[in-house]
Amino acid sequence: MINRRLLPLTITIALFIAMAAFGAIRYDGFLSPQVFLNLLIDNAFLCVVAIGMTFVILSGGIDLSVGAVIALTTMIAASLLDAGWNPYAAMLFVLVFGALFGALQGFLIQRFNLAPFIVTLAGMFLARGCCYLISTESIPIDDRTFAAIAQARIPVGFGSSLTIGAVIALLVVAAAMRIAHSTEFGRTVYAIGGGESSARLMGLSVTRTKIGVYLLSGLCAALAGIVMTFYMLSGYSLHAVGLELDAIAAVVIGGTLLAGGVGYVAGTLFGVLILGIIQTLLAFDGTLSSWWTKIVVGALLLLFCLLQRLFEGHTRKKT
Amino acid sequence: MKRFTQNTLFWPALTLLLLLAASSLFNPSFLSLAWRDGHLYGNVIDILNRAAPLMIVSLGMTLVIAVRGLDISVGAVVAIAAAVAALMIGGNFSASGEVASKYPLWLALGTALAIAAACGLWNGLLVVKAGMQPIVATLILMVAGRGIAQLLTGGQIITVYYTPFFKLGNGFLSGLPVALWIAASLFAALHFLLSRTALGLFIRSIGGNPEAARVAGVRSSAITLCVYTFCGLAAGVAGLIISSNVKSADANNAGQLLELDAILAVTLGGTALTGGRFTLAGTVLGALIIQTLTSMIYSLGVPPEVNLVVKAALVFAVMLLQSPEFRALFLGRGAAR
Repeated sequence: MINRRLLPLTITIALFIAMAAFGAIRYDGFLSPQVFLNLLIDNAFLCVVAIGMTFVILSGGIDLSVGAVIALTTMIAASLLDAGWNPYAAMLFVLVFGALFGALQGFLIQRFNLAPFIVTLAGMFLARGCCYLISTESIPIDDRTFAAIAQARIPVGFGSSLTIGAVIALLVVAAAMRIAHSTEFGRTVYAIGGGESSARLMGLSVTRTKIGVYLLSGLCAALAGIVMTFYMLSGYSLHAVGLELDAIAAVVIGGTLLAGGVGYVAGTLFGVLILGIIQTLLAFDGTLSSWWTKIVVGALLLLFCLLQRLFEGHTRKKT
Repeated sequence: MKRFTQNTLFWPALTLLLLLAASSLFNPSFLSLAWRDGHLYGNVIDILNRAAPLMIVSLGMTLVIAVRGLDISVGAVVAIAAAVAALMIGGNFSASGEVASKYPLWLALGTALAIAAACGLWNGLLVVKAGMQPIVATLILMVAGRGIAQLLTGGQIITVYYTPFFKLGNGFLSGLPVALWIAASLFAALHFLLSRTALGLFIRSIGGNPEAARVAGVRSSAITLCVYTFCGLAAGVAGLIISSNVKSADANNAGQLLELDAILAVTLGGTALTGGRFTLAGTVLGALIIQTLTSMIYSLGVPPEVNLVVKAALVFAVMLLQSPEFRALFLGRGAAR
């Protein structure tokens, strides 16, 4: 019998394999390495932002501002490059900006005991509004370094390759797994999600960690914004509209409990891959329209939430 | 004076008055009313008319928040109701140049409302029977619902040509917009129901302490179910008004971000997001504040994009003022409460 805590993660991975098998049987050419690497390439920014969201949700909070922060990041990066900034300085600037934006939200939530939902909602309005203040038009990026990074391909054998964005996403996943499972910060995040007052009574640094979680989410959003500029080569205020919902969906499908305290970073990676494979399956089919993605994602969310309720019920009865 | 400022309606009413005063300062004719074409005409009437759908959705949201819930699917339900109504009315030009409705108008409106109420019931069932967190339960419909609306309309904007349908969003009744009459009668009915019957007390007790309410014999599951169903229904009514106003149904954009505006209106009005304390009149004021702000920004000639930043500033200000910790830090004496 497998560990009950690992069960949601197992189901997520099994679901991904089942969907891949379905695609392989149904469509010619589905089972090529590049199709699967493209899942990662096309969803690199979603993966990065969903990892940040995982920590927020594990701590029992939510961050609705990430989509807007991504858009703002692309706008700031594009206009800085337009103004002749060094590309690496521009990247560093937006990363610091994203982290500060997240930390500010975390501070408000923690210091004044406000609802994360409302604070990050206001953050979303603010970031999206600032985008429009910079420009309502799309700003193209023609910086040579950015173009080179966007086109760079890293061969991984079998004639297939990854983009820099996808590699960044994988590095973020690896770093996040390490942070979540073998650092003091990570364990405190789980403890806060399990019960904030007990975490405080245990002498854990709840204040610092809670602000840190939102800082991390803002940083991930800014990084996702940079990855997105590699992908789109433009800054635009309407980039990543509704991406926060995709990120939350990926985290939930990845088996993380929205109430906090239970879940795995690796699950989120598979959650993102499942969202990606749904779109790939629809693209391979060709006859189904894009709105089926939303309906399927909604159905999966329902399935996972019901499963989680079932497991919760079981564990509660046992203890 | 103190009793006056401590009334829950004081701050939202003051905000609204200040906004109106500021608007008329920049544009002296802002508050003027005229009688034209058999109805009242002016900026204020326009604000009331445009705020009506938001008011209606926010009234439903107020009750959901009062029982410690949240409904983020209302925007999607608006899109579904609009799509159903537009599809059932359709309205093709017949040979004689008359526009006929595909189904009778009452049937189309009734079906749209029934489906919207069913959406609300679905949310309620997930919350009450499956025991999901409200934000997760309604997230499902928020994601899937817009997909369903797009599926119904085939991703197209469905245009309606049947003129009687336009009355809802554009018509006037004894000089005032029909949409305003709908919002006002809904408010009156709710106010009567919640202050003259025990229902208001039950809702407050569920929001205050669900477990205590249940033990005290309040049928909290049934009431919570009803509240979510009502919220869905209210979103449906708003969807009909919105689609009637623009004479079409756009599944991609109808009701986009409406859930956030509705939650904002409820918060601005002074309803506690933690449940228990709610005020319907405050919510109406909150919806009016949001619409006045939008109209003001347009009439000032400021780029409409600034709207979002102003809204963000407003939310930050209101939630900080509502936070006991913030009051303790900066306002001193308010801390004791």
